Amino acid sequence: MQKKTTYWQENLRLIAICLVIWFIVSFGFGLLLVEPLNEFRLGGYKLGFWFAQQGSIYIFVALIFWYGYKMNSLDKKYQSEDES
Amino acid sequence: MDELKLYTYIAVFGTFTLYFAIAWWARAASTSDFYVAGGGVTPMQNGMAIGADWMSAASFISMAGLIAFLGYGGSVFLMGWTGGYVLLAMLLAPYMRKHGKFTVPEFISDRYYSKTARIVAVVCLILASLTYIIGQMKGVGVAFSRFLEVDYGLGLGIGMAVVWFYAVLGGMKGITYTQIAQYVVMIFAYTIPAVFISFQLTGNPIPQLGLGSTLADGSGIYLLDKLDLVVTELGFKEYTTSNMNGSLDMFAYTMSLMIGTAGLPHVIMRFFTVPSAQAARSSAGYALVFIALLYTVAPAVGAMARLNLMNTIEPTAGQHLEYEKRPQWFKDWEKTGLLEFEDKNGDGKIQYSADKTTNEMVKVDNDIMVLANPAIANLPNWVIALVAAGGLAAALSTAAGLLLAISSSISHDLMKGVLTPDMTEKSELLAGRIVMTLAILVSGYLGLHPPGFAAGTVALAFGLAAASIFPALMMGIFSKKMSGTAAVAGMCSGIGITMLYVFQHKGIMFIPGTSFLGDMAPNWFFGISPNAFGVVGAIVNFGIAFVVLQFTGPAPKYVQDLVENMRSPGGTGAISHH
Repeated sequence: MQKKTTYWQENLRLIAICLVIWFIVSFGFGLLLVEPLNEFRLGGYKLGFWFAQQGSIYIFVALIFWYGYKMNSLDKKYQSEDES
Repeated sequence: MDELKLYTYIAVFGTFTLYFAIAWWARAASTSDFYVAGGGVTPMQNGMAIGADWMSAASFISMAGLIAFLGYGGSVFLMGWTGGYVLLAMLLAPYMRKHGKFTVPEFISDRYYSKTARIVAVVCLILASLTYIIGQMKGVGVAFSRFLEVDYGLGLGIGMAVVWFYAVLGGMKGITYTQIAQYVVMIFAYTIPAVFISFQLTGNPIPQLGLGSTLADGSGIYLLDKLDLVVTELGFKEYTTSNMNGSLDMFAYTMSLMIGTAGLPHVIMRFFTVPSAQAARSSAGYALVFIALLYTVAPAVGAMARLNLMNTIEPTAGQHLEYEKRPQWFKDWEKTGLLEFEDKNGDGKIQYSADKTTNEMVKVDNDIMVLANPAIANLPNWVIALVAAGGLAAALSTAAGLLLAISSSISHDLMKGVLTPDMTEKSELLAGRIVMTLAILVSGYLGLHPPGFAAGTVALAFGLAAASIFPALMMGIFSKKMSGTAAVAGMCSGIGITMLYVFQHKGIMFIPGTSFLGDMAPNWFFGISPNAFGVVGAIVNFGIAFVVLQFTGPAPKYVQDLVENMRSPGGTGAISHH
């Protein structure tokens, strides 16, 4: 029982980290902070505009894979402890 | 028959033959095949199928056009329709897969130990899916009538017959493998013209990079700066900063689309087709990769189409295109009524500006941008033919996924789950096929006679999913104590307030004249447009559910154990031995 709670808590911590990043890149950089970020440039893109139409999507993809990778190692960790 | 038509026939019938062959090969033999493709689809395959399932005629045809005219404001669709997958991968999909059932209402019924909850979920699901499917059917009809010049009704009928064949025969199994093929058709059809156009304009063949590059005309100006310059000269809002109804509305709109995406049952269902919870997580990742391939190209398509359109009409500042010399695509689209010119000052030239009194491009429909784009850029005919096949693939694949969600919720949840629980597997499979046939006929009828409210319904589909299904699922996993009574109260109030808000601004059942508050920004609650209201509905749902929970007491022990099991590591699927 104790172990399951820890697995769940570690999972919740990962989700929290991911969702904070998810929020910052889309709602933060893409919407709320778009005007100050537009002062900077990425090639022809204004930076805030780039986050809203390109960058946030790339980061979403990376987030899901990172989360999946971390969860797989969590799964392994707790499953092997169960067996031993 | 001209060359373009020949190519279009080859592309359309070639792809249809492919779908038929796949459907025959992947016939469904059991209910498990029919509902979840036997649970043996790999994450990569599932990701592609989700991509095709998710990207509808709206994504393929309308989205880039919307971005072309909204500019920065169009970002709500790009972020909203991709960000939902992050929520799916972390908050819903793996746990629901671990629980291991066939449908979303079935999950709700197990978790909230209540037939009422199941029925409420079925109603939400059917409402959301049916409203969504009308748009797909219209897309099929439009694509056929424009590209093959057959009657709208006949085109719709052909589309229905094709979907019927592979969805009824193959169920989820047939749909999954055809969707993989449709994804491939769709992505090529979308990116090939974009690559051509990006290369023409900037010399960089990768559209995502081309959009941030300088123009190839030797001026050394960045494409987006040029576009800003061209549109502001004509009095339009600056492309890269034009906001949509203010920041709060954009915020709410994006959030509503994200949680609506995560709550749409035809997408969630696809996660039941993979073998484990781990596979559910990775297939969400693959799905978003495949979706992002199109979604990161779309802003380039939108911006470049807008620039090309502007340049065609006004090649250099002050020098306007003569109406008599207008190109062929202009004439073609005028015939459809989606593009209209009115010579207001009688000079025989086309003036296009933001000023309503002098603007002569009276109508430029968003939806023509993607379809007309290859012609505007003078691309070869086979590229245009490919776009037709891609648009059809997008509409058909989404329609099939929605039909399956509807038919499974009726045959599995209502009939097998509530009305006639002692049905054998064989008769359930037959019932599933009959219901699917009926659903195709109903949606075909609605596509042929679109109710007046067809245009407003996509907002309602997302609003319903965001305000009812997503909160119920999330609370079911993240709050062990959440009880059935509280969840039902939450779902009903979430839908109730969302429908009320949409109806009071858009009309009751979208009938014009019945909107007692009028669809005007000053009447909106904090300036939130009806399309963006789903997030408020979701907050109400969460709030009411937790208040009711305080008064009615927590879920029974065995349900809490069920949730405990969903949250535990490993995920080989079957409900474990508790």
